[in-house]
Amino acid sequence: MAEKYDIILSGVGGQGVLSVAAVISIAAMKDGYTLRQSEVHGMAQRGGAVLAHMRISRTDISSDLIPKGMADVVLSMEPMESLRYVDYLKPEGILISASAPYENIPDYPDLHDIHSRIENLKSSLIIDAKKLAKEAGTMKSVNMVMVGALSTRMDIREESIVEAIKELFSSKGEKIISANLNAVLLGRTAGKIQ
Amino acid sequence: MSEILVLGDEALALGSIDAGLAVAYGYPGTPSTEIIEYIQGYIKSNETEIIARWCSNEKTAYEGSVGVSYAGKRTLVTMKHVGLNVAADAFMNSALIKINGGLVLAVADDPGMHSSQNEQDSRYFADFAGIPCLEPRNHQEAYDMTMEAYRISELFNIPVMIKLVTRLSHSRSVIKRVETLPITDLGKAADKLKWMALPSLSRTNWKDLIEKQKEFIEYSEKSDFNKLTLNSSYVETGIITTGLGSNYYLENAEDLESSLSHLHIGVYPVPVDKIRKLAASVESIIIIEEGYPFVERMLNGIINEAIKVHGKLDGTLPSSGELNPDNVRTAIGLKPREKQTGAGGDLPGRPPQLCAGCPHTDAFKALNEAIAGFSESIVTGDIGCYALGALPPHSAIETLLCMGASIGMARGASEAGRKHVVASIGDGTFMHSGITALIDAASTNTDMTLIIMDNSTTAMTGMQDTIMTSPMIKNLVIACGVDPEHLKELKVLPKNHEENFRIIKEEIEYEGLSVIITLRECIHVVGKIRGELK
Repeated sequence: MAEKYDIILSGVGGQGVLSVAAVISIAAMKDGYTLRQSEVHGMAQRGGAVLAHMRISRTDISSDLIPKGMADVVLSMEPMESLRYVDYLKPEGILISASAPYENIPDYPDLHDIHSRIENLKSSLIIDAKKLAKEAGTMKSVNMVMVGALSTRMDIREESIVEAIKELFSSKGEKIISANLNAVLLGRTAGKIQ
Repeated sequence: MSEILVLGDEALALGSIDAGLAVAYGYPGTPSTEIIEYIQGYIKSNETEIIARWCSNEKTAYEGSVGVSYAGKRTLVTMKHVGLNVAADAFMNSALIKINGGLVLAVADDPGMHSSQNEQDSRYFADFAGIPCLEPRNHQEAYDMTMEAYRISELFNIPVMIKLVTRLSHSRSVIKRVETLPITDLGKAADKLKWMALPSLSRTNWKDLIEKQKEFIEYSEKSDFNKLTLNSSYVETGIITTGLGSNYYLENAEDLESSLSHLHIGVYPVPVDKIRKLAASVESIIIIEEGYPFVERMLNGIINEAIKVHGKLDGTLPSSGELNPDNVRTAIGLKPREKQTGAGGDLPGRPPQLCAGCPHTDAFKALNEAIAGFSESIVTGDIGCYALGALPPHSAIETLLCMGASIGMARGASEAGRKHVVASIGDGTFMHSGITALIDAASTNTDMTLIIMDNSTTAMTGMQDTIMTSPMIKNLVIACGVDPEHLKELKVLPKNHEENFRIIKEEIEYEGLSVIITLRECIHVVGKIRGELK
């Protein structure tokens, strides 16, 4: 496993992209990494395309933004959004996307075409995160399924992610916490298949 | 010393708290909002006497902070870059008074205009006023520089600006904290002649300020935040960076064949000697600045013109938008990194939009139908979520200028002879700077219709409470001189559409000033209240 991970997180405002970033960040800190994580707040969050840069490293990080061609993973809550950021991927990088589209625009492209564009990349994985989230206990845990899938590509302890989720969702009650933990587990299994 | 994961905004807030902050004021504005929010959160969970409040606008916030300084305590005032335009009168004159309790102005610029109407560079404002400016490039600097800003504010008796940008404000990283200093009371300012901007006194104070510039430059020359690294074995090119330009340079520097002489500037006024030292050891300079080419334009007066300067003015770097690791890489002559291609391109955009169920949607629908009945009309817009009414499917507004402008512009358009002029503004923005324009319009009973879209919150910046609650707005409008007969309150629900549409149409037809307040809470406020009740 590497000493450094550059991860592009994408989706649509409201899909929980920033929560993904928060869980991974807290877990990475527990495992002794330093990090930089750039978010977009304000107007862009209102149902628009959302992008977060997450950089995790054992050594100092200069730039908040990931250079094009440096990302190990593009992790997306939504398939069309994932395709916007392919040029951030390093040649051996992987794109991981949830399969279901978020259609809040009139000209959303053909979903088969979007999926096949993802599948034609050198390395990619499409996950039916909605189905797994439902299995986990709440449809709101789609983003945590994706956390699980991402975690298989990183040297971060499973216990650290569990603790991070417990901290982050402490005000939401036991039921939500346990659904989110289930979602991570299901995501880990799905993330390992390739 | 403890470590903590924070946003850049929060690092600045903590620096202020740990420097012995007494009172913080601000007006919400992306990307500066989280500074005051963090201090308010800190107050809730810690035993402290710190006060942190939102104000009506940036000017009242700034004036409040000047008052805290006069009274003898450390104060912070926060705003976004365009907010400083609103506070400019207080800000410019505050450079001429003898600051007592440390006064730190935190301004967050928005290069790339993620959530703003321009990308003005606040360093010009610091230069214009003649005050020092500190520009952090990472979280630790945001924290350390804020503490330092209080020290020099009291040392030089001058307001000090800390300039952030979106990418730092909204990036998270880990900082090391030192112990929190207690709030110190320096006592009321001793010399009132240094606190009155009377022309006779200002003439002296202005000369003093000009004299002080030498001290500021001397401070800047010595500051470790202005770091010069010379490599005498490579003379072809040297680098000057400011702000986040440094991060993007360092991200790429390891791929350069030689290590270049490098001056990073984090403290202004610029360190003239350090710039000359760099210039004396290189044949050309690449200057990488986040923001306008501020230092780049100054270089001509500082260094020998035989030294070639490359930056934003000659197109080495783009003259608009943000810097990033990729455009800086090209600027220093490196080939782009190998990357994946082939799957992107030809994707439709996904612009932000009003949330499903947003009350503004119903207001715009009724307004659009009312307007459709007139052959001639003008609808002016304002700053807030409802600015998204500019985009399809609403396409309801025609203009957007600055906070509060919808009302003044509608008045002007009406007085220029246009019929059926409508201004649309939110409750927060109305109270920020719409009220005065309404008083203007009421003073002449100008033929126009003002729609105040009251959703009971400052929504766009993340649900800050407005300065006044909804029932009070109605009284305020009447007190401005609006005829109560032509003040209408509409509950904007889909079921009321027909009635709302009819009333809006009638008021637009009325030849005089009408005010319509559309009422319904932002769906996120409803969500927040439900969350708190749980």
